[in-house]
Amino acid sequence: MKEGFRQCMAWLHTWAGLIPGWILFAVFLTGTAAYYRGEISAWMRPDLRMEDRGPEAAMLGVRELQRIAPDATGWIIGLPTESDPLLRLYWRPPGERRFRDGILDPATGRVAEGGETRGGEFFYRFHFELHMPPIWGRWLVGFCAMAMLVAIISGIITHRRIFADFFTFRPGKAGSRSWLDAHNLLAVLALPYHLMITYTGLLTLMTMYMPWGMQLAYKGDQQAFIAEALSIAPQPRPARETAPMTDIAPLVAEALRRWPEAGVRRIGVSFPGDANTTIVLGKGDRHELAIRRRELVFAGTTGELRLATGNDAPAAQTVGVALGLHFARFEWPFLHGLFFLSGLAGTAMVGTGLVMWVAKRAPKRGERRSFGLRLVEALNMGTIFGLPIAMFGFFWANRLLPGVLDQRPAWEIRIFFALWLAAYFHASLRPGRRGWAEQAGLAAALAMLLPVLNMLTTRHHLGVALPAGDWLMAGMDLGFLGFGLAFALAARKLWPRPGLAVAAARNRQLREEGA
Amino acid sequence: MSAPRPEGGRRWPGLVSRVVAAVAGGYALGALVSIACAVLLPLARSEAVIIGMMLSFFAYAGVVLWVFAARDAWRAWAGVLLPGLLLMLVSWAGRPS
Repeated sequence: MKEGFRQCMAWLHTWAGLIPGWILFAVFLTGTAAYYRGEISAWMRPDLRMEDRGPEAAMLGVRELQRIAPDATGWIIGLPTESDPLLRLYWRPPGERRFRDGILDPATGRVAEGGETRGGEFFYRFHFELHMPPIWGRWLVGFCAMAMLVAIISGIITHRRIFADFFTFRPGKAGSRSWLDAHNLLAVLALPYHLMITYTGLLTLMTMYMPWGMQLAYKGDQQAFIAEALSIAPQPRPARETAPMTDIAPLVAEALRRWPEAGVRRIGVSFPGDANTTIVLGKGDRHELAIRRRELVFAGTTGELRLATGNDAPAAQTVGVALGLHFARFEWPFLHGLFFLSGLAGTAMVGTGLVMWVAKRAPKRGERRSFGLRLVEALNMGTIFGLPIAMFGFFWANRLLPGVLDQRPAWEIRIFFALWLAAYFHASLRPGRRGWAEQAGLAAALAMLLPVLNMLTTRHHLGVALPAGDWLMAGMDLGFLGFGLAFALAARKLWPRPGLAVAAARNRQLREEGA
Repeated sequence: MSAPRPEGGRRWPGLVSRVVAAVAGGYALGALVSIACAVLLPLARSEAVIIGMMLSFFAYAGVVLWVFAARDAWRAWAGVLLPGLLLMLVSWAGRPS
């Protein structure tokens, strides 16, 4: 029975991992990139970075919003931070449901024109919406995350020698053995991270995935639950009388006095210019692990403090820690980097698992490869190397598309998907090592030439950034170089060499004769 | 009917039945856990609801593991339906008046 149980779990691990595997790979990789989404956005618009993060920046934002959207029903100002140094403006024109957005150009004090991009936000949103209609994408990703959780737990059960496996790596062993070792190593090495990130990922959207207890306890009033759980101030109703708004700088100064470390991250103004306007200042979450929503609510006309919100109840705090772990917004570079590496390990774990499925079923000589095997191999290649190609291509598009272009952000995304699709075509036309090597080579070239492209198109290249100690720009370029190097090594290793192929064939023959 | 195995012959009806029990039954049991916690836990309303949501995913994962570990499809379903029924009963009994 024990053996049977473990076999069942192995079966479950295989299929719960394979079927959502390609989506999981994409979710893991784009999610890992999203750890640096502020930096990515800043790299994509390097001239718009802002040094000032206090009352002055808030004033600039308010002044510009008053100019471009005086009759909006809501404003939001996202103040810059060290790792996300752009000042973002959002405004909702009357009669519209969605906010529009722009980035303030610190040189002119106005919304920047030209060079629009989704930046790091694209990867961030893709990792839980897959660029689909949000409802569909979120449910699909949630389903895959649940499968991931099952695959992790069944994988742990399957590996009884989990500790010994940790020290087992048999590189060069033919076929699926060394892939299995690599898969185990990556899985066990960062196991707490994999479990944590999968579970907390489900928690980020739990009110959508599991609303039933809430529906019952709050009789369908989700807003009431969110207000209670997050302790959010109720939205004011407009008085429909105009009144001048108070100066925002002293309010920000007051918030900074209360939150000297964390600072102000977000300023929300509802019904600006109305007599009932309120100004809400949200606390920054860069200096603690848990995400704890704290807001100061001011009367918009007088500047009087009305409310300081926050919910410190145990379950709410637990969710705060879980979300804090998932979003990793804290600015501790070492821990942040560790999360990034763990995310890469998770990506590689999914990737090696997918490759292993094929390696285990590799046909013996003279046997035809089944359609399923060829399909999985093409999907593997087009995802594991194709997605990085598409992601590097996204950065290329950002630098190469003309600054002023209708629907510029959409064009960047089209190029991303066109490259990805091309990778799948290539994978289906050129199966086997050759195809893998070619894609790795392309990814390497795209990544390693990005710093060169940056040098040709901006004034923020390595030659400037390194001496100036501009670690954001330098770090991005060095990161591209590092990834490029890794892909180059992969390409070299994969490139079919005639001598090696003969030796491998002879080895196989010897083994078959021996067996 | 034994556990589904890739090489152990095709047992589609049993397999499909298990997949349904795992995907739909697991979700249903997770939802019932979230409801039972929201109704029964003697805590502030928002706290009980949050705890229910957080536990529901463990229940879901547990059901999936159970369904594929059970010796036959009947046991798999019983392991979903009985706890589900129990959760429904206690939630109904403990409902706020």
